[in-house]
Amino acid sequence: MRTDHAVPFVGIMSRTGRRGIVHLFLLAGAVLMLLPFIWMLSTSLKNPVEALQFPPTWLPQAPRFANYVEAWRAVPFPRYFFNTVLVTVAVLTGTLISSCLAAYAFARMEFRGREVLFFGFLAVMMVPMPVYLVPSYLIMSKLGWIDTYLALIVPWTASVFTIFLLRQHFRAIPRELYEAAVIDGCSRLGFLWRVVLPLSRAVLVTVALFSIIGSWNSFMWPLVMVNSKLLRPIQVGLAYFAQGEATEYTLLMAASTFCIAPLVLLFFVAQRQIIESYAKTGLKE
Amino acid sequence: MAATSTQAAGLGWWRSGLGKFGPYLYLLPAALIIIVFRFVPILYSVRISLYRWGIAGAGAFLGIGNYAEMIRDGIFWRSMLNASYYVIGVVPLGIVVSLLASLLLNTKIRALGLYRTVYFLPVVTSIIAISMVWKWIYNPQRGLANYLLMRFRLPTLAWLEEPRGVVELAFSPLGIEVPGWCAGPSLALVALVILSIWKGLGYNIVIFLAGLQNIPQQYYEAGRIDGAGRLGLFRHVTWPLLSPTTFYVLVMTTIVSFQVFAPVWLITGPPAGGPLGTTKVIVYYLYQRAFNEGRYGYGSAIAFALFLVILCLTLAQRLVLERRVHY
Repeated sequence: MRTDHAVPFVGIMSRTGRRGIVHLFLLAGAVLMLLPFIWMLSTSLKNPVEALQFPPTWLPQAPRFANYVEAWRAVPFPRYFFNTVLVTVAVLTGTLISSCLAAYAFARMEFRGREVLFFGFLAVMMVPMPVYLVPSYLIMSKLGWIDTYLALIVPWTASVFTIFLLRQHFRAIPRELYEAAVIDGCSRLGFLWRVVLPLSRAVLVTVALFSIIGSWNSFMWPLVMVNSKLLRPIQVGLAYFAQGEATEYTLLMAASTFCIAPLVLLFFVAQRQIIESYAKTGLKE
Repeated sequence: MAATSTQAAGLGWWRSGLGKFGPYLYLLPAALIIIVFRFVPILYSVRISLYRWGIAGAGAFLGIGNYAEMIRDGIFWRSMLNASYYVIGVVPLGIVVSLLASLLLNTKIRALGLYRTVYFLPVVTSIIAISMVWKWIYNPQRGLANYLLMRFRLPTLAWLEEPRGVVELAFSPLGIEVPGWCAGPSLALVALVILSIWKGLGYNIVIFLAGLQNIPQQYYEAGRIDGAGRLGLFRHVTWPLLSPTTFYVLVMTTIVSFQVFAPVWLITGPPAGGPLGTTKVIVYYLYQRAFNEGRYGYGSAIAFALFLVILCLTLAQRLVLERRVHY
């Protein structure tokens, strides 16, 4: 079961030698991938003078955790966190409910216009957000939703991608199960809740993770929809902090660190699921 | 129609009283959101683009006026060119590097999970924090990038503050002056390209690994029996069987890269898009016209152009992928 034939350029050496070379390359790559994070952490713990030292020091002489406190208090970061958590939870809940219902209808029911509607949804999925940003902004203005949580939440409580993914999984559930459940007196909604969803746990985790990552990292939409400082989600808050509200790189790196920390933690906890979700669905941002 | 579906689905839900409107009730929440916040805006933007539409609302009807202005707008074309440079930088290089990395990772190597985790980490971190870190790395006086260049006794660079083209920079130490049209993208734009490749690498690797693991082992056995070497196996087995994956990554990264916005807004300039407008990409230009200047009509015209480009890329994907399905 040799599988290292896929590597074309390391032919002549012995197996162990090859292994060593492969590890060497991968390690060098890993260092390059981690270097910016290390640099961020290191700067975030330096004092302002040491941060500007050149040539730079790799490790802070005396770790200064006060940077984190100072950055946290410099602008309303607690409020930004609250905003992002609120939006993330609301969007997640809304998307899951609306998408499960719609995907169930598309997968299991027959009605007029099903194919047309589904095709229309898919067509919409292809249109990237910057294309409809201007009209969305004008519509939000008309609704009086600019500078409200509604503008950040409501438009994202349905996701064609999620519907599409769930539909595929729902269709794989055998029809006989449904017929058996109906005989046992199960309603259609009851079947979704008691049978379909428990059987789809893996794909639900996938779409939930995508939703969380998407909400946490969204930037351009809230940048446009929110003017009030108090409604800024974390990314917009961090961006404005970087654009002039902060003067020290030490504070900026500290703020960057605590802004990515929750997702990095999530990533380490649910690493396998996250990577497999990307691998299986091929979703990109 | 209704009768067959009832028979197929069982009679249970008939009695629930919702009858044949049931399915539509299930669809209602999602459909409402998608129609109001996707369909309507997309159609509305076409209308907006036909007007002089400012902060005060719709003004004079211009017909194709905005589009005519766009065609003659040098900055529009420059932004398209910059976005294309960016795509041409990010996509092929990103694919080559990630393909090599995933080939190395696909060798039943130990600690595969650890490497994969490390490479994937930037994908889930926000582009805002990432951009800030890289701006600090690119700092001309105190940054890590120039420090490393110095350690290797190379000339330091101005990175994000360098408006000169990379071709121009490459040839100037030799005393050769290249004409303006082939100066290439500015070093500042290339600095953004490096950042993006670094951020997206893990995504590509994960997709490639999935593709590689789908290649049946028998093909390699057969190839080896026929006397193929490593390079031969790569050329005649791995590469062709991986081509749908490669093409998928190619199109996805092209579409996403073409919409780059956040790093330009955040770490170029000031003013953003600088130095000398060499990092102004199309989505940033759209944002600037629409939301800084309040020219919604013109912004919508730019959005339409953006849409056309992305549509063509998507259609190209369809056409080529369909031709590629069987070997």
